[in-house]
Amino acid sequence: MTVRTTVLAALLATSGLGVAAQELTIESWRNDDADIWNTTIIPAFNTVHPEIKVTFQATPPADYNAALNARLQGGTAGDLITCRPFDASLTLFQQGHLTPLTGLPGLENFPEVAKAAWTTDDGATTFCLPMASVIHGFMYNRAIFDELGLSVPATEAEFFALLEKVKAEGSYTPLAMGTADQWEAATMGFQNIGPNYWGGEQGRQALIAGTQKLTDPPYVAVLETLAKWGAFMGDGYTAQTYPDSQTLFGLGRAAVYPAGSWDISTFRAQADFPFGAFPPPVRAAGDPCYISDHTDIGIGINAKSGQQEAAKTFLTWMTGPEFASLFANSLPGFFPLSNHQVTLTDDVAQEFLSWRGKCESTIRNSYQILSRGTPNLENELWGASANVISGALSPADAAAKLQDGLAAWYAPQK
Amino acid sequence: MAERSDGMVGASRAAVAGHVLLFLGPAAAIYTVFSVWPLIDTIILSAQVDGAWVGAANFTRLFTDPAWSGPFWNALGNNVVFFAVHMAVQNPIGIVLAAILSLPGLRGAAVYRTILFLPTMLSVVIVGFIWQLMLSPLWGVGKTLMTGAGVGGWFQPFLGQPETALVTLALMSVWQFVGIPLMLIYAALLNIPEDLTEAARVDGASHLSIFWRVKLPLIAPTIGLVSVLTFVGNFNAFDLVYTVKGALAGPDFATDILGTLFYRTFFGFQLQPGDPNMGAAVATVMFAIILAGVLLYLFGVQRRMTRHTF
Repeated sequence: MTVRTTVLAALLATSGLGVAAQELTIESWRNDDADIWNTTIIPAFNTVHPEIKVTFQATPPADYNAALNARLQGGTAGDLITCRPFDASLTLFQQGHLTPLTGLPGLENFPEVAKAAWTTDDGATTFCLPMASVIHGFMYNRAIFDELGLSVPATEAEFFALLEKVKAEGSYTPLAMGTADQWEAATMGFQNIGPNYWGGEQGRQALIAGTQKLTDPPYVAVLETLAKWGAFMGDGYTAQTYPDSQTLFGLGRAAVYPAGSWDISTFRAQADFPFGAFPPPVRAAGDPCYISDHTDIGIGINAKSGQQEAAKTFLTWMTGPEFASLFANSLPGFFPLSNHQVTLTDDVAQEFLSWRGKCESTIRNSYQILSRGTPNLENELWGASANVISGALSPADAAAKLQDGLAAWYAPQK
Repeated sequence: MAERSDGMVGASRAAVAGHVLLFLGPAAAIYTVFSVWPLIDTIILSAQVDGAWVGAANFTRLFTDPAWSGPFWNALGNNVVFFAVHMAVQNPIGIVLAAILSLPGLRGAAVYRTILFLPTMLSVVIVGFIWQLMLSPLWGVGKTLMTGAGVGGWFQPFLGQPETALVTLALMSVWQFVGIPLMLIYAALLNIPEDLTEAARVDGASHLSIFWRVKLPLIAPTIGLVSVLTFVGNFNAFDLVYTVKGALAGPDFATDILGTLFYRTFFGFQLQPGDPNMGAAVATVMFAIILAGVLLYLFGVQRRMTRHTF
């Protein structure tokens, strides 16, 4: 005890006269990113704020929610909390574990759609700072495109004409996707191309408000388009898993890959051919375009932390351009959510990011509020999308099933 | 004399009671804490919603609310198919292999025995992975092998189609676990005294008729035991489906069995929040089904069987 106090006193003496040490600990599930935080982000912060010592403390992703809950309840959690999107963090806020961020300098740098994942249902209070998103689109094999004389499609008609051409030529699988794991059909299929049909945020909000139904024409039309995908997917795609699809594209055996931006690093490691990306093609030339710019990681302040001011200083720094640039360049495929212009060194990541300039961003429509009941809309979408692609369910029947499921428990949709 | 012997009996009774307590106590305590109490707690949980007593409401919901009853009956139906495949394929193959292995004078019996039992010792994750890879329409050897055998046209993405996925999974499980009935029946066959089979042979019976008329009736109790073990194992099954098809047990819930339904319900999945009470209700129904099956076997079958002791 005495040794410890002496050491502490010595540390205090060296760290600055009369200034209490400010130490922050970040709780995170991103154990893969520990290096980037320790060697890039935290040192950059310390050049501006040398008086605040920051420690990055990661828990494995699968244990994070449970471990964090236990630490928050036991009062041993870190000062900064990395926030899962939507209900998991909303629950923490409602239990009083997170400090409301209303009035935090820099919060105005984030668009509403980015804050939706960490804002109360009434839109009044934001409790976590949006940190990163993933963007959906399509990646393509440039070598195959050159070989077959293909160009990036802008409209859906061009998209299907391109797939038709690859299929007719016969050497490559046109579309690298399978339905075995089901989630790709929903995430890289339905949620990828859907925003162009339902008008992004407008349609997403209308579903929550109950003014649109999943049986309305835009939603049925998305499913009808998905139903056409099956013909261009590989032999036996119903048993093709997500890693299969990644390998198929990574080996250069497929022309187009319905993607999430996180796949960039996978293919940087795997592919020995140049690849590019294009946004979901619009339905008709000249239509406004929408992209799924899905909020995935946020960061908030532990309400019981004794370092509220230091924590706010750190978060405000995170709202600035420097963090945005450092983070995006360290983790290609995870994009900062603030309005700052960021230039990325990875050309494919830069391509994904550039869509924000010409298209409207939205998030997956099943994530906010609509997946709280039974049956769960997100899980239902997995099945519906996979079944529509494989032809087991007609688009109209699938839409009716989705709507019935949602209406069963969600009052505005009854 | 009489008094003394009475005293001794009394003392020894107390000692016996003490011994019974000493020997059974620890096991009973551990069993109660780790098995009986969780079971009772599950049943208690299934009669509550958020800590309030609701009686059988969760069960009414499970059986009558279409959002719950649909998946439940689907999972139960799939589970019955899963069990039926094991009974129709795994156990007969187990019996045949055991009968061949126990033939006197078979060379390399120990090697075969080990090889046949090997998959049982593999992790389900490995089994699921290997089979998924073999059956993969993209890189699997399945298509090549079938083409080599002249039936390449029959190759399908077996794990991806609602009509074939469940039976394929069941057969993968059969491949893995055929060692269990094999070993149990093999042991029972070895237990049959040789004088019985020799007497039959002296009477001119062939290997086949010795098996049908002498051995099979003698191992009937073991076959009953194997059946009931299969039943319990299959209605508790979860890991293979979860490993290969995930918690949503696709395609279109074609491989959803009670175990995966329970997992999704209790722990939640992706955005689906976990529901401990409905989950406990599913678990309680699973327990009831298994209990009913075991009791049926115990009172309906086993009590009527004659055990042969040699």
